[in-house]
Amino acid sequence: MKAVCWEGKKNVRVEEVPDPKILNTQDVILRVTSTAICGSDLHLYNGFVPGMERGDVVGHEFMGEVMEVGPAVRNLKTGDRVVVPFPIACGECAMCRQDLFSVCENSNPNGWMAEKLWGHSPAGIFGYSHLLGGFAGGQAEYVRVPFADVGPIKVPDGMPDEQALFLSDIFPTGYMGADMCNIKPGDVIAVWGAGPVGLFAMASAYLLGAERVIAIDRFPYRLQMARERARVWETINYEEASVLERLNELTGGRGPDACIDAVGMEAHGPTAMYAYDRAKQALMLETDRPIALREAVQACRNGGTVSVIGVYGGFIDKFPMGSLMNRSLTIRTGQCHVQRYMRPLLERIQRGEIDPSFVITHRLRLEDAPRGYDMFLHKRDNCEKVVLTT
Amino acid sequence: MTTATHRTDPGGTSQGLFEDPERVARGLGWFSIGLGLAELGAPRGLARMIGVNDDDDNRNTLFALGLREIASGVAVLARPRSALPMWNRVGGDIMDLALLGRALRADSSERNRVAAATAAVIGVTVLDALTAQKLHAGTRDGADGKPHGGIHVTRAITLTRPREEVYWFWHDFENLPRFMEHLESVRVLDQNRSHWTARAPAGTTVEWDAEITDDRPNELIAWRSLPGADVSNMGSVRFLDAPGGGTEVRVELRYDPPGGKMAAAIAKLFGEEPSLQLSSDLRRFKQVMELGEVVRSDATVTHGPHPARPPELDEIPDAPRAIEQEALEGAIR
Ligand SMILES: NC(=O)c1ccc[n+]([C@@H]2O[C@H](COP(=O)([O-])OP(=O)(O)OC[C@H]3O[C@@H](n4cnc5c(N)ncnc54)[C@H](O)[C@@H]3O)[C@@H](O)[C@H]2O)c1
Ligand SMILES: [Zn+2]
Ligand SMILES: [Zn+2]
Repeated sequence: MKAVCWEGKKNVRVEEVPDPKILNTQDVILRVTSTAICGSDLHLYNGFVPGMERGDVVGHEFMGEVMEVGPAVRNLKTGDRVVVPFPIACGECAMCRQDLFSVCENSNPNGWMAEKLWGHSPAGIFGYSHLLGGFAGGQAEYVRVPFADVGPIKVPDGMPDEQALFLSDIFPTGYMGADMCNIKPGDVIAVWGAGPVGLFAMASAYLLGAERVIAIDRFPYRLQMARERARVWETINYEEASVLERLNELTGGRGPDACIDAVGMEAHGPTAMYAYDRAKQALMLETDRPIALREAVQACRNGGTVSVIGVYGGFIDKFPMGSLMNRSLTIRTGQCHVQRYMRPLLERIQRGEIDPSFVITHRLRLEDAPRGYDMFLHKRDNCEKVVLTT
Repeated sequence: MTTATHRTDPGGTSQGLFEDPERVARGLGWFSIGLGLAELGAPRGLARMIGVNDDDDNRNTLFALGLREIASGVAVLARPRSALPMWNRVGGDIMDLALLGRALRADSSERNRVAAATAAVIGVTVLDALTAQKLHAGTRDGADGKPHGGIHVTRAITLTRPREEVYWFWHDFENLPRFMEHLESVRVLDQNRSHWTARAPAGTTVEWDAEITDDRPNELIAWRSLPGADVSNMGSVRFLDAPGGGTEVRVELRYDPPGGKMAAAIAKLFGEEPSLQLSSDLRRFKQVMELGEVVRSDATVTHGPHPARPPELDEIPDAPRAIEQEALEGAIR
């Protein structure tokens, strides 16, 4: 089959690889119909995720049709159309039983690697390094899906791929970002990053009852999408204005009730801090550039919540712990527990409360994935979200 | 999960940050490889980053330094318990400092950036030197940091299954090869005795008979090898109710590699890090108890390293058979 393979920094190629096989009794094999490129894939692409090897098949946002069913699968059969959550979760361990699926204790066969870096291991993830399991990803014609009774959900007849696909990751991720803010009526929420994840965080903040949402980014077309598609109240271009001053103005000096970091470890910035972080990262004295995160902490109102859905890999410098501690802030974070949100969000789509396909700007063939990565990375051609079809 | 590895080390005293110099050494090894790769792959970017002029001279220097960094990183990772590669790193650091010193004086460089890079390298040099010193102290009386006097590992894991079930599963020693990677088979001989076969390097095996030395239902099982074993060893496993439900399993293993050829084979067999082996075994044990089978990924199902892409059928050791068998057992369960 054809699959998108990681071949080193800024180098992905579509290659011919063996077809996936049933390796565990609860596996199914899918024929992938639609898959997407995620901001998390850009961290792999740029070489910031440890534990990648040449030839790894990438991709963790995908859906398709069941072709083959393992002997212990009960809920799915050949021909079912499903969308698959990106964290692999067993459904039986103590974490899964508490709905903390992205920290499943059983789904990372390379847990020892993650334990070395992070103390304990989170769940395995499709196409996301050997550190997180060494599972082949879904930017491919076919993919193996473990724990088929736990993760995948059936897509209702008549719902197009483009409406269902983002249940695999970015819609639940943005939603969890807002969910972790504990939104109450009257709340003002600021979101750093108007990428697809940020847009879903903004839209979800409104779904959860926020009064005003403020979007922060530097690309005018992305801020425009935030205004038009996620209907945010205000936008801030951080290259044109001081974010902290602007936020204080917009919130009567209090600061936003909650701040969402939808940027992650490759944040960019116009300031000297950016040069400092780039240099430290280049010298490998710091793995992540926490520019948006630092700002989110400083900006948040006293007693507010900082919700971190941007992905971080290792260590950061100059974290404003004093601000967090002295002002009683709460920080919440995690890879999304997608399995927890899929059904309720599917229902919201069915009720017409949201149509997730609003983020899509580019539709390409799987073969064109390398072009898609390049375009998405450089935000060329007003690229917001790339969907690949087979 | 918690872990501890103790080696009988009469001379060793640990202190502060360098409690585990081996781990620091490994970290520095990876740091070297990463920095080396950056120097090789993006000498231009790096030159700009640290503030030296991006000319052919400097780029070639960075390329050479990159090769040296990678070589030194690999050396440290290959022998993380040995002080020698670490001292080599210190030598390399001093070379970097000399070069940066030159750059600091050159007119074409950006002083601030070079100064920042210099400060960073000084920091790394100090860390390298301290680690080397600590490793040196720790291995004074052992050749190359090899454990002298046996291996002792403990490791714990928590399962959602009830204590009785976990105890009885372990009690049938013939189940152990399902999750203990290096065990080929265990045959129960009678109520107390069993025969164990373990895989050793180069397709060979080591064997021993073991006897149960203590057995308290739902609480504890202890065993040890009988005289004449290829490798003498003992082990125990404790089962405790976990607070909030489930079972805590605490395993303790002791190996006494005999001298000569066998000692080398055993050291290899149980790896550089016996605690890592036990930890992975217990991870699989948990999977077998909670899910009925060991979780496989495309990269871990094959013997030896494999990229995260579907393996060819002949790369999967007896997978189809294993799946049928486990499906059968699952149905019985
Ligand atoms: N937690 C999860 O489960 C999860 C799931 C999916 C994605 N993610 C992460 O979410 C993040 C965003 O993903 P995406 O797909 O939207 O990526 P993206 O690259 O499209 O979006 C990132 C956006 O952040 C903006 N940005 C950069 N620096 C900034 C700064 N200092 N202030 C404000 N904005 C800044 C960029 O201009 C860009 O528009 C990534 O880190 C990704 O890994 C997390
Ligand atoms: Zn994603
Ligand atoms: Zn689980």
